Amino acid sequence: MSGAEIITWACWIGLGCLSLGLLMTIVRLILGPTLPDRILALDLITVLGLGFVVLVAILTGYYLYVDIAIALGLLGFLSTVAFARYVLKRAEAGR
Amino acid sequence: MITEIFAWIAAVAIVAGGVFGLLAGIGVLRLPDLYTRMHAASKAGLVGAGLTLVGIAIVAADSSIVLRAILGIVFLALTTPVSAHLLARAAIKAGHVPLNTDTTEKSDS
Repeated sequence: MSGAEIITWACWIGLGCLSLGLLMTIVRLILGPTLPDRILALDLITVLGLGFVVLVAILTGYYLYVDIAIALGLLGFLSTVAFARYVLKRAEAGR
Repeated sequence: MITEIFAWIAAVAIVAGGVFGLLAGIGVLRLPDLYTRMHAASKAGLVGAGLTLVGIAIVAADSSIVLRAILGIVFLALTTPVSAHLLARAAIKAGHVPLNTDTTEKSDS
C-alpha cells in the first residue's frame, strides 16, 4: 500500500469510530437524567466534532479546516462555561 | 520509504484518536453517575481530538499546519479540564451527590 492509501484507510476507520462515539453521546444526550449530564454530552459532541473536522481536512486536503476545528474548540469551551454558570446561578436562586 | 514510515505513524495516530473518541462515547453512555461520566468525557475526548490533530500535523508536514495543530492541542489541553471542573463544581453546588458517598458525615461544599 502506498502512503496516501494508508492514510485514507486510517481516516475512514477513525471516522467510523468517531461516528459510533457520537451516536452513543447523542443517546446520553437524549436519556441524560439531569441537566449536567446533557451539558456534558454537548461538550463531548463538540470535542468529537473537532476530531471529525480534522479527519475530513485530511481526507479532502483542505488544511484550512484546522482553523475551523480550533474555532469549534473555543465555541465548545465557552458554551460549557456558560451552561455551568447557568446551573450554578439556578442552584443559588433555588436555595 | 521515509514517506511510508511517516504515513504509518500518522495512520496509527489517526486510528488511535478515533478509538479514544469511541471510548469516550462508551464511557459517557455506560458509566453510572455524572462525575464518572465527566472523567471519561474530559480525558478520553481530549486525547481523541488531540491525536487526530497530531495525525494532521504529520500528514501535512507544513510548518503553518504543524503550528496550528500544536496550538489546537495546547488550547484543548488548557480548556477541557477547566470546563469539566466548572461543570463538576456547579453540579456539586446544585446538589448532585456522587455515588458511594458517605452521607452520614455532614459535608458543606
